Amino acid sequence: MTIDIKTATIQPRRQTYANVARRLGADRPASRYEESMFDLQATGAFHYRPTWAPEYDLFDASRTAIALEDWHVLRDPRQFYYGTYTIARARMMEATEKAFAYAEKRGRVSGVAEDWMTVLRHYLLPLRHYEWGANMNNCNITDIGFGSTITEATMFATMDRLGIAQVISRIGLLTDGGSGTSLTAAKQDWIEHPDWQGLRHAIEDLLVAPDWFEVFVAQNLVLDGFVYPLAYRAFDEAGQGHGGGAISPLTEFMLDWFDETSRWVDAVIGTAARENEANAGHLSRWTNDWAKRAREAVTPIARAVLGPAADATLDGIAADLAVRGRKLGLAV
Amino acid sequence: MSKVSITLQNTDDGRQIVDAIVSDNPAAEVSRMPALTKIDCEGRLCLKRETIEERLGRSFDLQELQLSLISLAGNVDEDDDSFTLAWEAGPATKNA
Amino acid sequence: MNAMPPLQKQRKLSLKERYAHLTRDLGWETTYQPMDKVFPYVAYEGIKIHDWDAWEDPFRLTMDAYWKYQAEKERKLYAVIESFAQNNGHLNITDARYVNALKLFLTGVSPLEYSAHRGYAHVGRHFVGAGPRIACQMQAIDELRHAQTQIHTMSHYNKFFDGLHDARHMHDRVWYLSVPKSFFEDACTAGPFEFLTAISFSFEYVLTNLLFVPFMSGAAYNGDMATVTFGFSAQSDEARHMTLGLEIIKFMLEQDEGNVPIVQRWIDKWFWRGYRLLSLVSMMMDYMLPKRIMSWAESWEMYFEQAGDALFEDLSRYGIRKPKYHEVAAKEKHRLSHEVWSIFYNYTQAAAFHTWLPSEEEMTWLSAKYPDTFDKYYRPRFKAWSEMAAEGKRFYNQTLPQLCTTCQIPMGFTEPDDPTTICFRSAEYKGERYHFCSDGCKDIFCHEPEKYVQSWLPVHQIYMGNCGGAEVKDVLAWYHLNFGVDNFDYEGSPDQKLWDEWQAQKAANPV
Repeated sequence: MTIDIKTATIQPRRQTYANVARRLGADRPASRYEESMFDLQATGAFHYRPTWAPEYDLFDASRTAIALEDWHVLRDPRQFYYGTYTIARARMMEATEKAFAYAEKRGRVSGVAEDWMTVLRHYLLPLRHYEWGANMNNCNITDIGFGSTITEATMFATMDRLGIAQVISRIGLLTDGGSGTSLTAAKQDWIEHPDWQGLRHAIEDLLVAPDWFEVFVAQNLVLDGFVYPLAYRAFDEAGQGHGGGAISPLTEFMLDWFDETSRWVDAVIGTAARENEANAGHLSRWTNDWAKRAREAVTPIARAVLGPAADATLDGIAADLAVRGRKLGLAV
Repeated sequence: MSKVSITLQNTDDGRQIVDAIVSDNPAAEVSRMPALTKIDCEGRLCLKRETIEERLGRSFDLQELQLSLISLAGNVDEDDDSFTLAWEAGPATKNA
Repeated sequence: MNAMPPLQKQRKLSLKERYAHLTRDLGWETTYQPMDKVFPYVAYEGIKIHDWDAWEDPFRLTMDAYWKYQAEKERKLYAVIESFAQNNGHLNITDARYVNALKLFLTGVSPLEYSAHRGYAHVGRHFVGAGPRIACQMQAIDELRHAQTQIHTMSHYNKFFDGLHDARHMHDRVWYLSVPKSFFEDACTAGPFEFLTAISFSFEYVLTNLLFVPFMSGAAYNGDMATVTFGFSAQSDEARHMTLGLEIIKFMLEQDEGNVPIVQRWIDKWFWRGYRLLSLVSMMMDYMLPKRIMSWAESWEMYFEQAGDALFEDLSRYGIRKPKYHEVAAKEKHRLSHEVWSIFYNYTQAAAFHTWLPSEEEMTWLSAKYPDTFDKYYRPRFKAWSEMAAEGKRFYNQTLPQLCTTCQIPMGFTEPDDPTTICFRSAEYKGERYHFCSDGCKDIFCHEPEKYVQSWLPVHQIYMGNCGGAEVKDVLAWYHLNFGVDNFDYEGSPDQKLWDEWQAQKAANPV
């Protein structure tokens, strides 16, 4: 049914919700990101203390040393809300599915030299557990973080990390004929192999770290800042001469994801650092401490894969991370 | 025995799925309401991928049900070929 | 480069195998940090789990499928929202009174979706097994979806109608919204297993059909295609959530016999908590939909009594019985909506939506649906109020109501066996007396008094001077409720004036 009413009579009485208008400074049309992200979380009149953390309110800004006047400054430059997020990921996944379908149909992975396949399984497949740790760390921030702006984006990151863990697992299944033996071996490596213990130790320490903003910095800026360039760029390049190029399209998702997600991570940390000196101090200290630890943690696997070139590669990665940190206003 | 139930949206796919369910489960009772259709069935209800594919004239992944589903009651058991709802020691019961 | 190897066809994995490989075993036994420090909250409620791997998601969703199907749902939903806005879809609803149900939805329900998002994130981090944890994480992000799609859908209504402008602010302050708020905060502040029993099982599996299925069908019936679209799009996730609810209950019951009495007590508590919360829905169905699909009593029979019978019969093999006081709910089903609507009619000056007395035609429907109660108890009441209004003496209750300490609803429910006497219960704790609307609410308090003495009771808070001032107008200003615009009867409201203008335009410009 069409309704013919003169447009003049159906002028909107307001452009957006009042809480959004207050934040925009005027009642003007707001984006979907703004309407669905601001102020979702309760900030007061809590009824009961959590039985699992009675020293805090259900949502409590004092769970981190970082202090912000307004927690909604931690905005996501990608402007993800659920709809745009899932649509973006579905698109990325479509490309990945094509790469998997191609590899499966053509048996492409068997083009990888046998010795490199051993190396690849050793460096790539245990990372599914690293991703699972990252999933838990981001989920923890979604749980105890403050304000709907940051926790919404960490929720997306939580699911991203599960998705990436599953992409890695599928690569394993592709190399073992679907038996899962490669995944069992990778878990064994993660738990026992000396090449992985530094990283596992760091992840386990983060799982119990009390300050969620520190977890954010350590996981999403620093550890990822080492692991992603190392595994998906440096290791991938090293494999090109051994037929490893057949695997590259399958890990393209991770590279695209890392580039995209880094913009958000940088925006969050940069904004918090700019707000006051105390914040900048905490963020710098966390970045420095964890950068030192992250480098030590990934050195064994880097040496195992890259041999003597490892240290120079890690120098490069550390330098890139330092440049990134300084751009965010950190003393690193 | 008691009834299991599934409720689907009255969309194009939804209607065809309802038809498929009814043809596979002759005991199913269908109630149509605005925008939705509720199907109840004594004890057990089984959706077969093959029947749905015949109705839709295309391949159908049972996970696509997610797009049409509104509600359900009963223990769920899903594999590649069928989606089953059942009460009492149904296949979804771990003790069974 | 090696020579091209012979083609090696990849074996296609079944859904079950694939899920097992992609999900199980992602987690590991931590050794650098003790497991009980990594997962500190799984023991304190007394639930014993011996084998976390025994839990499996029957839908076996992996992220690739999740992104794919959810993206498709979102594309469809936003196409509807877009066209609804472009075509001024609000002009197609049956009557502007209907929008008041949406006001209650946006201020009362959407913030709960958000709370559920955070609550599931908590459990999604803290459960030990990968299977249940992933199911909880998926529900956590789904619930965020629901909050956001509801805000986006209602955004168009907010542009044209009052009372939708500041939902979060109101949810944390307005007296009747402390009912849903306290319900969810009660669940979120409980341990992870109780949270899942409360929300996944009692609320999602046993009760929310009542909100989403008949009410959303009602939205369609009343011409609100945008709401029905988000409602059903959300329900398609809900079917997955309901399954989690049933699975988690069975999982707890199967893991250890000692879990049974704990779970039973939670089922009792959360059935009653949820049922009281849904009394708001009873009023939405019987009074706020201009065109009605089915009555509250009929919905209760279909979705709780019949469906619940099947469910609890299934669970009886574990030693679980129907929730305590389900028979009280059955007795109340013929009066619940009328009692609740009366409370809001009484306090319309302090509500962020409009009220009205049912028309003669509507009363005929109510008489038919409630043959034993409506004409006897409620029609005379509405008639008296209607006469008072006609004489210019519209009835307002000027005294602040006493609230039930547990459910926080004003004391307006009647004795289970006597619809003419208000039900009062009380209990003493540490020298203070606390008041309740029912035995169900009193029991809940008495089991955990240390929790419920913390309740932020809106009326107490007003008396303590924490809500903007002593006058109604001050309190309403503190609520961000626009006096004379958002509150009072629909008759004479700006909403009505505008709606009537649009209708007149429509009549003058027939297509």
